Amino acid sequence: MRRSTRLAVFAATLAVLALVPFVVPGYPTTLATEMLIFATLAMSIDILSGFAGRTPLCHGAIFGVSTYVLLYYVTVANGNVWVGAALGIAAATLTAMIFALLAVRTSGVYFLLLTLALGMVVWGVCLRWTSVTGGENGIRGTVRPAWLGNARVLYYFILVVTSAMTAAMWRFVRSPFGLTLAGIRESETRMRALGYDVPLHLFLAFTVSGFFAGLAGVLYAFFNSFVSPSTVGLEQSVEGLLMALVGGVGTLFGGLVGAAIIISLENLVSAYTERWMMALGLLFIFTMIFAPSGVLGRVREALAGNGKPRT
Amino acid sequence: MTLAAIQVLNGLTFAALLFLVASGFTLIFGLMRIVNLAHGALYLMGGYIALSTAMESGSFALAIAAAAAAIALAGFLVDRFLLGFVKGHELRQVLLTLGIALCLNDLALVIWGGDTFTVPVPEALRGAWSFAGISYPRYRLFVLAVGVVVFVLLWLLVNRTRLGALIRAGVDDAETVEAIGIDIKRVFVGTFMLGAALAGVGGALGGAFLSLYPTADSEILVFSLAVVIIGGRGSLWGAAVGSLFVAMLATYGQVWFPELAYFVIFGPMALLLAFRPLGLFGRAA
Amino acid sequence: MDRRNFMKAAGAVAAAAAGPASIPSAAAQNGPIRIGLLAPLTGVVASGGKEMVEGFNLYWNQFGHKVAGREIEVTVEDDASNPNTALEKARRLVEQGNVQMLIGDLLANTGLAVAEYVKGNGVPYFIPIIAADDLTQRKRIPNVIRIAGYAASQMPRPLADWLYKKKGIRKVVTVSQDYTFGHEQCGGFVQTFSELGGKVLAQYWHPLNTQDFSPYLAQIQAAKPDIVYAMETGADGTRFIQQWANFGMKGKMPLCGSMNLTDQSIIRNLGSESEGILSAAHFCEGNDAPATKKFVAEYEKAYRKLPSLYGFSMYSGAMWLAKAIEGVKGNVEDRPAFLEAVRKVVLTDSPLGRPVRLDEYGEPVYDVFIREVKKRPDGKYWNVPLDVYPNVSQFWHYKPDEYMKQPPYSRTFQGIKG
Repeated sequence: MRRSTRLAVFAATLAVLALVPFVVPGYPTTLATEMLIFATLAMSIDILSGFAGRTPLCHGAIFGVSTYVLLYYVTVANGNVWVGAALGIAAATLTAMIFALLAVRTSGVYFLLLTLALGMVVWGVCLRWTSVTGGENGIRGTVRPAWLGNARVLYYFILVVTSAMTAAMWRFVRSPFGLTLAGIRESETRMRALGYDVPLHLFLAFTVSGFFAGLAGVLYAFFNSFVSPSTVGLEQSVEGLLMALVGGVGTLFGGLVGAAIIISLENLVSAYTERWMMALGLLFIFTMIFAPSGVLGRVREALAGNGKPRT
Repeated sequence: MTLAAIQVLNGLTFAALLFLVASGFTLIFGLMRIVNLAHGALYLMGGYIALSTAMESGSFALAIAAAAAAIALAGFLVDRFLLGFVKGHELRQVLLTLGIALCLNDLALVIWGGDTFTVPVPEALRGAWSFAGISYPRYRLFVLAVGVVVFVLLWLLVNRTRLGALIRAGVDDAETVEAIGIDIKRVFVGTFMLGAALAGVGGALGGAFLSLYPTADSEILVFSLAVVIIGGRGSLWGAAVGSLFVAMLATYGQVWFPELAYFVIFGPMALLLAFRPLGLFGRAA
Repeated sequence: MDRRNFMKAAGAVAAAAAGPASIPSAAAQNGPIRIGLLAPLTGVVASGGKEMVEGFNLYWNQFGHKVAGREIEVTVEDDASNPNTALEKARRLVEQGNVQMLIGDLLANTGLAVAEYVKGNGVPYFIPIIAADDLTQRKRIPNVIRIAGYAASQMPRPLADWLYKKKGIRKVVTVSQDYTFGHEQCGGFVQTFSELGGKVLAQYWHPLNTQDFSPYLAQIQAAKPDIVYAMETGADGTRFIQQWANFGMKGKMPLCGSMNLTDQSIIRNLGSESEGILSAAHFCEGNDAPATKKFVAEYEKAYRKLPSLYGFSMYSGAMWLAKAIEGVKGNVEDRPAFLEAVRKVVLTDSPLGRPVRLDEYGEPVYDVFIREVKKRPDGKYWNVPLDVYPNVSQFWHYKPDEYMKQPPYSRTFQGIKG
């Protein structure tokens, strides 16, 4: 896709998103806010799975750690919300670094399982360390500052932050570092032979991905004013991964597309039937069999098939 | 003394159940390199089917048989019609089984509802048995016995039969086995069905003392994963040792370090995966 | 804060929080009254959740779906026994479904999450089942009202008192689900018990949805208490009672528990394992008060089973709402007036056979029965009253101000004396 076309697509998307609170105020705006938050999470997962070739099942935990820290800091420790946000993101990044240290030497299915186990450890801590995390009760409290109290203002705030973060992520994956990651995804042995320090690259990729997941976690705290063990649980990691997969791994924006599809589907399906889980499962199956490269992946393949070089 | 004895039995009997479920998982993982994340859902389905069969027919034995047969069939369908599409793509297979797990779980919810059920057991297995100064549930001892018997049978199957030899050869090197002219696909399907059946039987037995409810599948799956990772994929001894390890940790951990209960199980699993992914008894492909 | 000031303050806050929606409009006044019913239809307490819906609907089915000329529309959403889901569903009901009020939820943690949400937007939220103490004590929210409900620590105190005085129990072990409701029920029990001079040997806490109680049963056997107090709800209760019997402890050691443990939703699916378990509650389906007998008979006719606490509470909740709606002549959009009407309701037709009203702190006062599970001639098991403690409030014998000085019950604070 040519750069100018791409810019046009971005601009159009941004314009559409900016109009949401005017065209569909109320509940759909709330949904759109959620979509943006989870899009950030899905994109952070994509940095690792799409660009570095390592599929993780722990990003729910990383995301939720940030939410927990922020909510704890403001409601229990009575701290400032922005300091709390910084702490949350730091905690998430630190968690990602610890996970990365343990996981960089594995790949494929083992990486998946290892990250699953690590996510479970975090979940277990959040569930049982009742004195700090509130255990089954979670932590509740409105942490977003008063000027973000209005739903519309909150939406725009999150839109601005998400756009900035998306731009940052995009720059990251297109940087020389990001291209090295793509090379690692294509063939690890070749990159090693070429002299690249693969474990270091993976470690950094994981850490960066954790940073963005942590950021999404902070936005979630603003939006939800509540966190419980579900937020760091396996289901959250699975849903985040599914969003990245359905949208298209390795495309980055697939995260946004995937989040939009899944959240819309959830609300649509739930309006008529309770069988949302089955719809999600079928979507997973369908994607794996017929569209493993996801929606944007298919689009990209179709465009590439027109003979134009992939940029 | 009494407390210690009871706790040991608690761990052993839970280990027996875990072994039943994890042995199926490890066979599939070891031979077909498939991490079957639907294994927990197969366990739960097996349990529900046993529940309905037992309630309709009044026979516990029939319930177990029905669970085994039905889930073996489910395994066949999954392998033939779904996994077949993503052959050769490990990650896709895993994620596909995740989707299957979600569907099966919801299907069970539709059919049996959200209540918690317990598979009814025959009178002879109810209540406690008093021996050596302690009282212990008969049923849990029964599960322990079944676990041991299944271990022996599986060991014989894998080490003393032709099929077992094929499975072992397939775990070591599937390509070569195929090159010799043996239809490895049949072995694969058979193994998948056996693994699934074990999960189903696990559900039938587990459903009687741990009860059946919509999230039981992910709980047992996560335990099975821990067992297989710690014990090593494709290894029966690994599944047995892994089950003992995980069960004892769960039993003692629950009371001694309730705050760290999950950490105590997943911590070792994570460490093993990081430093010795093959586990205690697994062998490199 | 005395009653008048509390009511005034509550009214003022409710009016401020209610916003433009509190201005009644002619069009809205003739439309249906939309009630959002949140209940756990899946998860560890699904059995209770289903009955919540049944009990609520029974009332409307009996008395018609119309109050003060307006149609009653009930939308049910599953909170999956999970606080995050409860919050999502509450949001959906209010923002998409435009309900005028929320009611329901079962687990305390789900209730607390939704209460926090409605604190921000002033939507009336009624909690007949959620028993988290603080919602009517230290952290009262004006638009969250416990109609026809109870506070967690209210019920076990008479039980502890009775066991100490009438049964000579001196040593107790508690085993409980590790969340607010469990902390508060156990707290109420052990504080009263220890203040009388009893000893609490040990307290065990386990996560919701524990499948295997064997480690706890082993420890309990070793501790050798005079009685075990088991605070369990839903599936955990079922499993606990079964495993208690399977370990041979039934008959060898007395067992008592929360009213949820011996609730119909659990014991009707069990057999003799539940026989003899003691509990304390305002609702006792085996009570022979005429109003109770009538209610039980009607419930049995409609649903072919004996009513549980959940069915009873939501039925009473519906009755309460109907009275309140009548009180404002159907104008629920006038939130301050509606909330005021809810607080003033005196439920004279309660299936309990005695009038129920809220105390100054928004909590009903009840006659609490000491119950035992017994077998009926027709083979079913139910709770029959052994004794009764009249007019038990959420504060027991304590003065409200004194009581609220002590911290809320938690894992670390159980009020154990000495």
